[in-house]
Amino acid sequence: MSRPAPWRERLVVATSGMFAASGLFFLVAVLAVMSIFAWPSIRFNGWPFLWRIPWNVGNLYGGSLVVHNGVQAPQGAEYGILVFLVGTLLTSLIALVVAVPVAVGVAVFITEVAPARLGAAVGVLVELLAGVPSVVFGLWGVEVVAPLVARDLGPFLARVLGFIPFLAGPVGSGVGLLSAGLVLAVMIIPIIAAVSRDVLARVPRDMKEQGLALGVTRWELVRTIILPYARSGIIAAVVLGLGRAMGETMAVLMVSGSAVNILPYNIYSPVGTMAATIVTLLDSAMTDPTGMAVHALAELALALFIITLMVNILVPVVTAGVSLIGTPRAGGDKR
Amino acid sequence: MNGRTGVSRRLKNHLLTIMVIAATMVSLLPLVDIIWTVTAKGLAALSWKLFTTVTVGVAGGLANAITGTILLVALALVFAAPLGIAGGLYLSEFGSKRLGWFLRQAADILTGVPSIVLGYFGYVTMVIWLGWGFSLLAGSITLTIIMVPYIMRSAEIAMSRVPHTWREASLALGATHPTTAFRIVLRGGIPGILTGVIIAVGRAMGETAPLIYTAAWSNYMPTGSLIHSPVGYLTYAVWNFINEPFASAHALAYAAALILILMVLAFNIVGRLLVGRRAL
Repeated sequence: MSRPAPWRERLVVATSGMFAASGLFFLVAVLAVMSIFAWPSIRFNGWPFLWRIPWNVGNLYGGSLVVHNGVQAPQGAEYGILVFLVGTLLTSLIALVVAVPVAVGVAVFITEVAPARLGAAVGVLVELLAGVPSVVFGLWGVEVVAPLVARDLGPFLARVLGFIPFLAGPVGSGVGLLSAGLVLAVMIIPIIAAVSRDVLARVPRDMKEQGLALGVTRWELVRTIILPYARSGIIAAVVLGLGRAMGETMAVLMVSGSAVNILPYNIYSPVGTMAATIVTLLDSAMTDPTGMAVHALAELALALFIITLMVNILVPVVTAGVSLIGTPRAGGDKR
Repeated sequence: MNGRTGVSRRLKNHLLTIMVIAATMVSLLPLVDIIWTVTAKGLAALSWKLFTTVTVGVAGGLANAITGTILLVALALVFAAPLGIAGGLYLSEFGSKRLGWFLRQAADILTGVPSIVLGYFGYVTMVIWLGWGFSLLAGSITLTIIMVPYIMRSAEIAMSRVPHTWREASLALGATHPTTAFRIVLRGGIPGILTGVIIAVGRAMGETAPLIYTAAWSNYMPTGSLIHSPVGYLTYAVWNFINEPFASAHALAYAAALILILMVLAFNIVGRLLVGRRAL
């Protein structure tokens, strides 16, 4: 390193450095392009975009246009994303409530309870689950989860916990908030479990041994030593799972019921999430001659991008310098 | 443990064991059920005709979709592999501490960007602004954005695991840093790099959202032209045909799901075998 780098060396470093910056480049490009493309919608809708319920492309056939803030849209056009914000938050919340205990349990099983080989085998299976394409999760959701919710789980919940307003019936067709949350839970368990497992595996051996020397049981070891030590890492894992749940598109789209213009009235009602709504509405949005519908969907995508960006930036912040995701590990396939 | 009897402590201990075993079963049950459901219904729909004929309305075969998936992912791989591996080499060998950390975080955050957002980005930039229309190239480049950070990070990790003594030996023999990087580090990291690439390919094959508004869908075989010609792919068949009320459509959806899951699992398993012994 002491001698001056010849030009060839500098060229290699500069070129590979440019490629290494592609992650940053794409992030900035997405932000810039989506902001520019969404601009007419941002001008037309203003801040109420964030808290209005109706998503209405207006009268596409009447021929009359309205102009607001210098931007044209069909008569009656009005855009708000409250329904989709709520849908995204609620489905992700259900997913976390279900997935976090299960995933942490799996991580504890792999690192503390199971014999090494069984633990490794379970780890591989859980990672295979992470590799299942999201449309296949959606297919399974339509085929298995939604009927289960409609026939068994929904009626059961409504009967036992029906005194809580949001859990009361009607249960509906099974396609909706609960099914979407459950499918999402299954999808984020592998992510949370894999990261938690790595965090638990890095609890220093002496700490465990000191606990064991004091005669604690395994339960006490996990509760008083391992989990407290691993807390920030597990929180990072949960945040990572949250980011994934909020951005998941296809599986949610297939079991959510794609609600527009109506907030969920109970846990079984149809919802539309931000990600799923983009897919549902873009086709018809292309028929808007002013293009406003397509710009409004771009603004929705921009909002989703910014929200997941903030969630994902939390991960390195939570782990506070301890680079968790970057921990070298064979395979290196962890997200 | 003030005043608790040994019995209750032992009971709690057993309870923990039962709880984590239950959690493990709950998390693996869907994997089993997904594979079972898709295999049972997919096998019934599988036939040779599926691989040799194209989709006709809501029936016919999947030759167009299978070819499309392979073309889209192969082209994306051509872009993503060199980009990702070279980027990983930089992060592992040359990146200064601060800049390296920053670029690494950016790559990790990019893997967390919802794929539909990247799909919309591809739609705006390539389909609309560049005027390529729904096309192979627009779909592939969107998939590239998804694959690059995966390949880059796994390549980086694989290369950073090449022992330092190898680098030192190479430098001591008078090799320059780039020579050492290419001849020693890159070569030493190949198994891990390949694993990352293969898993990225498996993931790209399973993507739907980035392709719906970039590659769209076509009932015909890919024409081979890069732009102005939509392309079909398996994930679209699963999503679209399960929503149709016809039995023939459902059969197609399940067949597509089975082919897809076999391809993805094969890539995942091969990728993992390459590394062999995995550190837990």
